Amino acid sequence: MADIEAPVLGEYQIIPKIKLGTMAGSMPYIAKPDIQAGVGFPKELVPDWENVAVKKLGEMVSESRALQVFLDSCVKCGACTDKCHYYLGTSDPKNMPVARQDLLRSVYRRYYTFAGKHFPKLVGARDMTKDVLDEWYNYFHQCSQCRRCSVFCPYGIDTAEISMAAREIMDTVGQGQKYCNEVLIKLHSIGNNLGLPGPALANTLEGLEEDVKDDTGVDVKYPVDVKGAEVLLVTPSADFFAEPHVDGLIGYGKVFHAAGTSWTLSSHASEAGNFGMFIGSNKDLHKVARRIREAALELGVKRIIVGECGHAWRVAYSFWNSIIGPFDFLDQRYPIPQHICEFTYDLIQRKALKFDKSANDDKVVTFHDSCNVARASRMGNMPGGQFIIPRAVVRASVNKFFDMAPETIYESTYCCGGGGGLLTDELLDLRIKGTAPRMQAFKEVVEEHGVTHIAAICAICKAQFTKVLPYYKFPMDTIQSVHGLVSKAIRLGAVNE
Amino acid sequence: MSITVAGKTIETDEEGYLANRTDWSEEVAKEMAKADNCDLSQNHWEVLNFLREYYDEYQIAPAVRVLTKAIGKKLGPDKGNSKYLYELFPYGPAKQACKYAGLPKPTGCV
Repeated sequence: MADIEAPVLGEYQIIPKIKLGTMAGSMPYIAKPDIQAGVGFPKELVPDWENVAVKKLGEMVSESRALQVFLDSCVKCGACTDKCHYYLGTSDPKNMPVARQDLLRSVYRRYYTFAGKHFPKLVGARDMTKDVLDEWYNYFHQCSQCRRCSVFCPYGIDTAEISMAAREIMDTVGQGQKYCNEVLIKLHSIGNNLGLPGPALANTLEGLEEDVKDDTGVDVKYPVDVKGAEVLLVTPSADFFAEPHVDGLIGYGKVFHAAGTSWTLSSHASEAGNFGMFIGSNKDLHKVARRIREAALELGVKRIIVGECGHAWRVAYSFWNSIIGPFDFLDQRYPIPQHICEFTYDLIQRKALKFDKSANDDKVVTFHDSCNVARASRMGNMPGGQFIIPRAVVRASVNKFFDMAPETIYESTYCCGGGGGLLTDELLDLRIKGTAPRMQAFKEVVEEHGVTHIAAICAICKAQFTKVLPYYKFPMDTIQSVHGLVSKAIRLGAVNE
Repeated sequence: MSITVAGKTIETDEEGYLANRTDWSEEVAKEMAKADNCDLSQNHWEVLNFLREYYDEYQIAPAVRVLTKAIGKKLGPDKGNSKYLYELFPYGPAKQACKYAGLPKPTGCV
């Protein structure tokens, strides 16, 4: 563990007094020229970058009515100020959502509003300078785009959209972020965020088949590139690589096996995640998503199911139809796209799966709503399905379940602290501090109900918690995949009766 | 950034991963470990050697599960788990061990 001190958790969440500039030095590595070029951005700050940035901002505002409304309509009411986990964890007032928005808003005002052009000082308008750009770089990389603040804003201002816009401008002028852009290069060239080539994927999946056979005696398959399969599963590549992610993947395979549904992964579209969204790049968002359409057509599948990945589900549920649709080649009787939790839930409702919940009796479980699932998507055909369905899947797999405090779950869920392209080691200090409100809520159910594990349906949440839980004195395997719990409890065939 | 091994300067990225994989040698691994106050034992080397072999074949570090299974076979079943790997590499087996083995850092949601 790195030598970083986590905030001390008290009895309940407090709103800290402001401490100016405590996070002014926090920033991710700037992408080197070769990485910038690899994603098609300028290698370094372009000549006359100030004007390029201002022009780009103007174009974005004229193309997006939403962005313009978000920049025009803040009345400084203060409702958002204590809602961001990064403010609560760091005490830095620039991590108040309104202050974060103002970083971009001040430049917008200076160049695109009457008052800002003529009386800049009166309306907090600022010239586009290097100091402003650097401040953007620091603080727009202290926003995980989780949108909790927007739930509490009376105008519905979405700070995530503003932060995406700012990152797009920074990429355009040549100051991009290493982590996200490096991941995008791997996605575009190999097909997933990890850079896992086809043969390594096949080798990893073979290993899983052996393991599951050893554990259960059942030949559960983890197929890749099978033409004519019913279902294409797209899942975060972390599911192939990391723990506890892989337990979830093992679980999906067992559910498909129990349902008798033929399925396949794709080596061309071996990633559900889409970092194009994090950096606000429409071009990359489209390009990443297009691989999935291509794979579905190539393999001739009838359905597409998305594995446990928070922002992928936002992209799939909210954007796919317009960016890679129409899906007229898929079976229209099923949801397009479908979440793996919906698939499993449907089988549970029809009593088509057998569970032995006692297999998870060593655990008392709570569920962490991942931000993009909670606030940017839906599951099933009922309001709030994205909250109800994953919990129903967990409850079908475990005997002991308790929710965290209501103001910290459902649409008010706290971010894990590592989303939105911030899951990189040099931001560990920010990630540890930013997860404090979630850890506070978790600690309360640990103390009150003896909760031992926290389950999630997002690869970023899982990796983030694995890393930060130990700083709060919880073991790293406290975090579980929802389908990892399913995997433990599900009974397959006669051997497992 | 760079490190100095036996008088030779070797280029690394910001996080200390080798810029060129061909610059790797056992001395480089030892030097990197020394900087983290880590003494490389025979068991560390089993992990590093497996990582390098796997990378040569697949151009990627092995998944954590592939690694734990292989180490379990080599060092005994009680060591074939991530808890043991974290004892060897407290900064995380995937990242810290890859660094010492001269492999690029695993990226994505891991």
